[in-house]
Amino acid sequence: MSALLTVESLDVRHGLLQAVRQVSFEVAEGETLALVGANGAGKSTLLRAIAGAHRPAAGRIGFAGQDITRRPAHRRARAGIALVPEGRRLFPELTVEENLQVANASRRSGSWDVDTVLEAFPLLQPLRRKRAVSLSGGEQQATAIGRALMTNPRLLLLDEVSLGLAPVVVEGVYRSLANLIEAGTTILLVEQDLARAMGAADRVLCMLEGRVVLEGLRGQLTREQVTEAYFGLPRQEATA
Amino acid sequence: MTWVAAVVHGILLGGFYALLAAGLALLFGVMRIINLAHGSLALVGAYMSYLLVEHTGWSTYLTLLPVLPGALIVGYLLQRTMLERSLRAGQLVPLLTTFGLLIVIANLLQRLFSPDVHSLDEGSIGTAAWQTTSSLAIPWFDVLTLGIAVAVLGGLHLVLRRTQLGRELRATAADADTAELLGVNSRTVYARATAIAVATAALAGVFYGMRTGFDPNQGGAELLYAFEAVVIGGLGSLWGTLGGGIVLGVSQEIGAQINPEYFAIGGHLVFLAVLVGRSMAQASRIRYALRRFA
Repeated sequence: MSALLTVESLDVRHGLLQAVRQVSFEVAEGETLALVGANGAGKSTLLRAIAGAHRPAAGRIGFAGQDITRRPAHRRARAGIALVPEGRRLFPELTVEENLQVANASRRSGSWDVDTVLEAFPLLQPLRRKRAVSLSGGEQQATAIGRALMTNPRLLLLDEVSLGLAPVVVEGVYRSLANLIEAGTTILLVEQDLARAMGAADRVLCMLEGRVVLEGLRGQLTREQVTEAYFGLPRQEATA
Repeated sequence: MTWVAAVVHGILLGGFYALLAAGLALLFGVMRIINLAHGSLALVGAYMSYLLVEHTGWSTYLTLLPVLPGALIVGYLLQRTMLERSLRAGQLVPLLTTFGLLIVIANLLQRLFSPDVHSLDEGSIGTAAWQTTSSLAIPWFDVLTLGIAVAVLGGLHLVLRRTQLGRELRATAADADTAELLGVNSRTVYARATAIAVATAALAGVFYGMRTGFDPNQGGAELLYAFEAVVIGGLGSLWGTLGGGIVLGVSQEIGAQINPEYFAIGGHLVFLAVLVGRSMAQASRIRYALRRFA
């Protein structure tokens, strides 16, 4: 099992606040890793640091055998890292199609282009020429995922893709994720919903106050273990 | 008939304002960078053309061949060395930087070319006109200027809507961080936009030099009309800028028709009326939205 992404002793700061502390982990090619944890645990910051949107204070990020710690975000996208950011962050005045086409800037060819993305997300087909600002939450999320896929990534980073969506829409989003996982895409996803995260991922990483406090394969971890790590309170202490 | 002449001349004058405003429409209207040195960069274009004419004896139009690519390079370097840094410091800093640039350019030009008025030869087209009636003559040079304004704005519109560079430009203007995550090199994109804007400024400057005489301190004054054209036309719309320039030109000519002293005030009044009208329309939209929520 070769590691596609290697994170070593990573520190990331927001001004005085240290959001990520000494985090180390690896993601193997083809693996799906879920990052769980409470609000403010540093999950989004960690993803953004991997994608290059946030410069780490210390530590090292390796991707496909190369040190990318100091590379700007657009060069990481061109190397094959794509982030679906929290809150979707579509370009509001651009149409759905134009939002997708912006990702051609990554200059990566592969099986994903406007046509295959629209095939994978049929709900976008009739909205092609609509401006992104006029879309519903679910349609926006589909566009944001499609836009990231347009870069034909080797590693897809998903930040809270179910946030603010109706349950039935979340169901749809995860169904399309299952297809991606099956196709062999390496995925690192941040998810608030524990059941969802543990359902979709091969391996779970739990963060608390900027540190990784628990790590394990899906079958090896119980919900109770993860819940404890999630809140940082062992059950017995909490009840005592 | 004189009123008709005023409107026709106003439309043609508007073409010149639109040409001057084209680069601003891209930089200010789309990318939201306020470049106060836009008019001064136009003047630099005019002076470079003048210099080439003096030394080579070329026609003014031929000097565009080296001046425009030169302006592209100047624009690219300007963004990478100065504007990029100031943009990082916040929205107001480019205002100060480009204001400083305006003063530096004016003084440099004064030092190199003296404060005297220079002008560029517009060739045989300069005196030719189409005499439609006894009171209305349409100068061919003005028609040419309007045609070039339409071509430049139309070309920019096509670039923005139909090309990858255009999509990257609009995406970067909306959210540079997210565009970066998709592989867009936002620094290069900004630099290319500035390069195009400065090249159109230089083009407008050469036409300005052929229209009237120019001196080193005119950069700021001409800029005002260009800004008014962009704002009247609506930010972000290149065809709007053409319309804005024409509205401005026509109101100035009509103002001058009422009283020759009202030339400038006619344009400013329409500019103010558009601003007030637009904010009132916005206020009523907000009231309507609030009522729907209540």
